[in-house]
Amino acid sequence: MKRLRQIAIGVLALIFAVSLFANFVAPAPYAMQFRDFVSSPASRHFLLGTDELGRDRWSRLLYGTRISLLLAPAAALLSTIMAVLIGGIAGYLGGWWDRIVLRIIDIFLSIPWLFLFLIVRAMLPLNTPPLESVVLTFSVMGLLGWAAPARIIRAGAQSLRNSDLVLHARACGCRGLRLLLVHIAPNLKPVVWAQFWIAVPTFILGEASLGLIGLGVAEPLPSWGNLLRELANPQVLMSNPWVLAPLGVLVVVVSCFQFLLPQKEFAQ
Amino acid sequence: MSPAALELDSNWLPAGWAREKWQMRIRHITRHIAVFVLTTLIAGFLGATLVRFGPGFEADEQQLDPRLDATSIQALRASHAEERNLLAYYVHYLGRMATGDLGISRSFARPVSELLEQRAKVTLQLMGAGLAGGWALGLALAIPAVIYRAPLYDMVVTTFSGFFLCVPSAVLALLLFFANGPARFAIALLIFPKVFRYARNLLVDATMQPHVLAARARGLSGARIFFWHIVPFAAPQLLALAGVSLGMAFGAAIPIEVLCDFPGIGQLAWKAALARDLPVLVSLTILVAVFTQLTNSASDLAAALCTRERR
Repeated sequence: MKRLRQIAIGVLALIFAVSLFANFVAPAPYAMQFRDFVSSPASRHFLLGTDELGRDRWSRLLYGTRISLLLAPAAALLSTIMAVLIGGIAGYLGGWWDRIVLRIIDIFLSIPWLFLFLIVRAMLPLNTPPLESVVLTFSVMGLLGWAAPARIIRAGAQSLRNSDLVLHARACGCRGLRLLLVHIAPNLKPVVWAQFWIAVPTFILGEASLGLIGLGVAEPLPSWGNLLRELANPQVLMSNPWVLAPLGVLVVVVSCFQFLLPQKEFAQ
Repeated sequence: MSPAALELDSNWLPAGWAREKWQMRIRHITRHIAVFVLTTLIAGFLGATLVRFGPGFEADEQQLDPRLDATSIQALRASHAEERNLLAYYVHYLGRMATGDLGISRSFARPVSELLEQRAKVTLQLMGAGLAGGWALGLALAIPAVIYRAPLYDMVVTTFSGFFLCVPSAVLALLLFFANGPARFAIALLIFPKVFRYARNLLVDATMQPHVLAARARGLSGARIFFWHIVPFAAPQLLALAGVSLGMAFGAAIPIEVLCDFPGIGQLAWKAALARDLPVLVSLTILVAVFTQLTNSASDLAAALCTRERR
């Protein structure tokens, strides 16, 4: 398992490095349209062919990978921070605060995440610029995805609050912020870390699903979601199987994230 | 005297105790129903708030029609005036809902109740087929993994199921659709890896319990140990997963219905969201919240009954 994790880290690092330097690696800018080579098959000039607007698929895949790989972890970080602040503190304080937070979590969990996100994303103005749409898409994901991890972190904080080690610390006169930061937070770290690693592939797949139905990152900016939209056209899929390349990269990256997740926490 | 005879039930208890026990149960059920109703109402209000205060709420594609003059545009805006005061709109909506009137859809120009009734069937069929297939496949793969404990089998099935965890459900549906396969089965392919992994972990955990070891030591057959000692131990958590998997199935149904053109609730949600159709979105939010909570409550209840039976 350790070897598999090392391979996963290596593959992710490689994909991340290549996409990070997309400006240098990509043969063309992501929005550049080669009007003489519209829907052309894979060739020496266009490794994955071109799309219906004549844009180089390989370049778009590199830029799209960069966007998804940079922003999905950022959204996961945002949702994890919110989950720690809301769930962790509720679990630590207990009482009425805990009950209120639990109700709020229940309300958020009673509506499927994708449905909620669909409503919020569709409410953005019709003329949202592409760059803003990227930031908004992933921000909204981060802001709406906190409820499930918050419930787990709350349970962890609650069990720690009632644990012998905290009882011992209290008996030694440790109170308030010190108790929270020195005794509870370090012991809660594995749970928080696991929630973060679970959230990253969830957000990557969430963005891909939204992109497929046209509510993800706005064109001409590429992302895995809007690159996968080409799959909706069976003729393109039959004539150029390279349109499956973004799906391949997506599967590899999400698989690597699955291996990064500590197995003990995943099993729990 | 047998242990069953020693067990206390309500008939053995003095009249006062039995009454108190029933009162406690009624209080518990009343509280549960109150929380259920409150959560549903707040979820509906949350949905309405998100739609109403979304920056694009005022935008209406109809208003961009070049054939409309200023008076028509003004009339269009006035037709949505009721929706501007959110609280008043929601209270009015709840009042009408009590009489079975969910309002008229802005984008479909049809009663919302009629739309929901027509489309719910499609989604329920899609989800039903997906859930049944996903659970059947997940359990069919998990049970041999627990019984035979073959590392190679475990590795192959884990890798196979892991692949489906990494593919968006809509892509699975599209690929099945193009391969002339059943696109409805995409939900099953999304659900089964989760069922397989969770069920395998739970059942493996159950096989390591001392009572299972004791049953083995007494020479009970494998099938009897599995069905009488392992499955009942894991049942409450599997039932909890069943409740969660319904929510997952609905989430997956949205892109599948949109891309494969199934006229279900998911497609309706997508169209209503794009058209900023407040009556449809509020009704859908409440419907989805009720459905999720009902399934969760049912699985909680079944799990509690299983636990009681096991004790």
